[in-house]
Amino acid sequence: MFDLSPDEWIAVRLSLRIAIVATIVALPFGIAVAWLLARRDFWGKTLLDGVIHLPLVLPPVVTGYLLLISFGRRGPIGAFLADHFGIVFSFRWTGAALACAIMGFPLMVRPIRLAIEAIDRRLEDAAATLGADRLWVFLTVTLPLALPGLIAGFVLCFAKALGEFGATITFVSNIPGETQTISAAIYTFTQIPGGDAAAGRLVLVAIAISLAALVVSEWLARRAGMRFHGE
Amino acid sequence: MLAVDVEKRLGDFAIAARFESAAGVTALFGPSGAGKTTLVNMIAGLISPDRGRIVLDDTVLFDSGRRIDVPAHRRRIGYVFQEGRLFPHLTVAANLDYGRRMCGLPREDKAFAHIVELLDIAPLLDRRPGKLSGGERQRVAVGRALLMRPRLLLLDEPLASLDAARKREILPYLERLRDETRVPMVYVSHHAGELRRIATSVVRLDGGRVVGVGGIELLDTADADALA
Repeated sequence: MFDLSPDEWIAVRLSLRIAIVATIVALPFGIAVAWLLARRDFWGKTLLDGVIHLPLVLPPVVTGYLLLISFGRRGPIGAFLADHFGIVFSFRWTGAALACAIMGFPLMVRPIRLAIEAIDRRLEDAAATLGADRLWVFLTVTLPLALPGLIAGFVLCFAKALGEFGATITFVSNIPGETQTISAAIYTFTQIPGGDAAAGRLVLVAIAISLAALVVSEWLARRAGMRFHGE
Repeated sequence: MLAVDVEKRLGDFAIAARFESAAGVTALFGPSGAGKTTLVNMIAGLISPDRGRIVLDDTVLFDSGRRIDVPAHRRRIGYVFQEGRLFPHLTVAANLDYGRRMCGLPREDKAFAHIVELLDIAPLLDRRPGKLSGGERQRVAVGRALLMRPRLLLLDEPLASLDAARKREILPYLERLRDETRVPMVYVSHHAGELRRIATSVVRLDGGRVVGVGGIELLDTADADALA
């Protein structure tokens, strides 16, 4: 329906893969951090909160550069992961996913944290009197009640990951078939003469994916909300 | 047999209470702010006393001297809260079944059916708590606490959020509960009339202290100040 060339399809598929992997991998961390910030007081809490939100306020190029010098082949973390686990980020799609996850992380944590803070903790006490230990209370009461926030956080992170450009291109460059996402491909097409048609097609695809994600999240959120108030 | 001897300081307020209760329904009776809910929360394990002992049958639930403090989820004490506290994301049936699942008890359809029949909540099973009336909600809360097969049932002002008509609707169920199940109960209320129907023994609390222990005749002498 969009009549894309094979190269353009590759960019679309790559974008989706990067955004989905980034969001799914970020989710458990997002839930853990949101829970810590909502429920625990500890030394360095303000600092943790600040560091998480940093990608939101820093220029994306700066975040990308920081990733490059820490997670690149010669960076301390990048070298360690490559030597011990064989995980390489630099100039790979995995690096793009890492950049997207970090850029989307603050957007994921905030709604989940707000949802956890809004939960009536007396319900968790009730669960404890019924025999649920802390893990089961979390899994059967806290998490399901925070579901609308989880959906919102997931969708916001996914949206950010899908559109991420600055940090990704700085960290893992713009390699067709490996790190060239829709955004990077559009950018590339606008830089070459006669690239307008291709850029336009990808723009339509980006709009379609974003709209679909919004519709799905709205539907999920409504279903989750209905469970609490309706039949 | 429940034996409680605890001390707890909460800001300006101090509780130092000692009482024992056997089978039947023990009323914890006293004006608002007497420390009734705090006391019940200590029995349930939701707050820890500063000092003292709580023993249920032959199990020590709390002993500050021996550093024993059994967590709430291992006490097997059913708790009916004033506001019900049903889980809004679960159906009534799943709410009722929650304690059995968490305690790892085998499924017992007969016991389930019996409690459902006793409390007359069969038509509600597929609904969510958001759609229940106050009286229905409290009946489900009682059923939920009973179905974990508790060693003791705590009821904290279970009728306080209901209007007079709803109270009259629920009291007969609680009386049947008392007469048909063998679970000992601690029933918190500041309402003598309600307790006169349900209680078998009375512990009077005031200002965080036990000021009287006895039968339901204690309710009569207390009527005037308690209902003021």
